[in-house]
Amino acid sequence: MTPQTDALLRTRVLHALDDVTDPEIPVLTIADLGILRDVRVHNGVVDVTITPTYSGCPAMNMIALDIETALARAGIENFHVKTTLSPAWTTAWLSEAGRQKLLAYGIAPPQEGSGRGSLFGTVEVACPQCGSTDTSRLAEFGSTSCKALWRCNTCREPFDYFRCH
Amino acid sequence: MVTNTISVSETPQVLYALRRADDALILGHRLSECCGHAPTLEEDMALANIGLDLIGQARALYALAALREPSLEDGRANTEDTYAYLRDVGQYRNLLLCELPNGDFGRIIMRQFLYSAFIDPYWRAMMKSSDAQLAAIAEKAEKETAYHLRYTSEWVIRLGDGTPKSHDRMQAALEFLWSYTGEMFDTDEAEAMLQAEGMIIDASAIHDGWRTTVQTILDRATLTLPQSAWMQKGGRSGRHSEHLGFLLAEMQQLPRSEPGAVW
Repeated sequence: MTPQTDALLRTRVLHALDDVTDPEIPVLTIADLGILRDVRVHNGVVDVTITPTYSGCPAMNMIALDIETALARAGIENFHVKTTLSPAWTTAWLSEAGRQKLLAYGIAPPQEGSGRGSLFGTVEVACPQCGSTDTSRLAEFGSTSCKALWRCNTCREPFDYFRCH
Repeated sequence: MVTNTISVSETPQVLYALRRADDALILGHRLSECCGHAPTLEEDMALANIGLDLIGQARALYALAALREPSLEDGRANTEDTYAYLRDVGQYRNLLLCELPNGDFGRIIMRQFLYSAFIDPYWRAMMKSSDAQLAAIAEKAEKETAYHLRYTSEWVIRLGDGTPKSHDRMQAALEFLWSYTGEMFDTDEAEAMLQAEGMIIDASAIHDGWRTTVQTILDRATLTLPQSAWMQKGGRSGRHSEHLGFLLAEMQQLPRSEPGAVW
């Protein structure tokens, strides 16, 4: 194996991983979401590093499985998938393309700076349906660990908000 | 396949990781018992989500304990699963607060509030640990516990400053839980060794900040801080209430009766 063949293999790996999406938000690839931290190839051996969005994210096992499947389908055999906690995943890693995809899917993307700070910090979240910022939070914890449940007071639609983290 | 209770070589590092992991697992399990029983769907999901965060944190800490534990005489090594499923009551190191039965929704919220107001600043301080793996776990956990604290604070205020009935129930929950809060701030020789190396922080240093947070929220909730200074302790050294045995019996039933069962 030469550095050139390693670089070629890495391109194939990245291409194969383009098809791996978050099982709970299937419009986002793991690269969009920032879960995919690193892909290294050395002497033909591939190391894929992923990081969980939340400690107990139940999708992590499935994502690791999906990565293995995608690589195997692409004819890549010699690989390891490992999980790292540090640096801790943050919603800041969500790509701009990812934010746009979320919005189109009906999930309000995270608003920076709304994660912590004051105990009762308020945040302005725009409705992904009509764009109104006259919205209110119904529940801090939504359908998955990474989302909260909100409602638009203008169009009255409930919607998911991707919590800032 | 092993179903018998394991032995654990509790070096200070292993003991520390197990204490924090056991807190998270046992409290996470208590919250999982609420699944399908909370007053509304939103709160049901919230409690399940908080439980999930805690069990995730427990896994990371058990994995760390397994990494740090010297291998056993017969060459076997403990794992996340053997710590969780094959230790008996006396080997669990969690705070008594975490194992108390749920009671009503008010008590579940109050228990979670008292714990979150401690563990959130605790993990934030632990991000400076000289141990890179502990610092990584802290960095991850702290983002989650910040939400737990906000969620429970809102409910303590809403129920405390709610109807006379909800107020009385919250005050009763506080009185019931109060004597179990002192254990959070204890340290012992094993932890002092790790503190000297900069691996962990002194939990007692969190106390004043915790007290301020609790007082602030209770004031807004029109609740009164209990006066009793007497504190019940024992969980850290394996002296537990009878409740933990019932919890473990349920949690460990499958791996104990179907050894080696996999998903």
